[in-house]
Amino acid sequence: MKLLSLLQTAEMADVMRSEGKIYVVVAGLLIVVTGFLAYLFFLDRKVTRLEKEVENHKK
Amino acid sequence: MRKYWWKFLGAALLIFSVFFGFLGETPRREILNETIRMVYFHVPMWFSMMALMISSLVFSVKYLRKGDIRDDIYASQFAAVSVVFGVLGFLTGMLWGNFTWGDWLPKDPKLIAVEVGLLIYSAYFILRGSFDDEQRRARLSGIYNIFAFASFMPLVWILPRLTDSLHPGNGGNPAFGSDMDLKMRMVFYPAVLGWIIIGTWIASLRIRIKLINETING
Repeated sequence: MKLLSLLQTAEMADVMRSEGKIYVVVAGLLIVVTGFLAYLFFLDRKVTRLEKEVENHKK
Repeated sequence: MRKYWWKFLGAALLIFSVFFGFLGETPRREILNETIRMVYFHVPMWFSMMALMISSLVFSVKYLRKGDIRDDIYASQFAAVSVVFGVLGFLTGMLWGNFTWGDWLPKDPKLIAVEVGLLIYSAYFILRGSFDDEQRRARLSGIYNIFAFASFMPLVWILPRLTDSLHPGNGGNPAFGSDMDLKMRMVFYPAVLGWIIIGTWIASLRIRIKLINETING
């Protein structure tokens, strides 16, 4: 299956994959995405805290 | 107590789609080559934009029926995030188009329709900014929102299909269905769902901040 696909004409980034360096890029990207999502969670908690504060003020 | 589970779900789906979006197998296609992976990132932007626009429309209609100013806040914040996704979708599309069609901005019906559509939506915010009275602003922009939605959808989904377009899914051009195999779909659908959830999450944060603002000032 692998060999067969290599024989097909459309050029893909096979070298990048065979050297394995693509994993470094994906790992980097995952750090960035996870970081952003964690930050979103952090913001969410901040807003929740603000909501509670406003709620307490009203009472 | 707010429920967090759907936010974790969205985050997990997004991480999944980034991982398999780069490392998963894709079919070998001429011209597209590795750029076929753009499907995982470009198309979910539009799906999220649509989901957010529909939410915005629903809340606008709800406001016009009941007159609760909170619904207007929901509608405006959903619309704001939807435009961000639209711009991101447009930019990723330009990038992709340059390397497959050979031009950043070809004069293509699909692209022109989206440009017009996004301009119609930006007018919504200009309209909102031009009123001081809250109820007046909510009522008029609510009506405009319905108009914007009703012109955006046919512009982007129907008109390009009636003519020739480079874009897949238009003018006799097959949609992504023919280029994507089952393995790609296993990544594509989670990516779409993940981005929709993330978009809704960002919109919910904006709404909550706006509501806090409203309680303090109002």
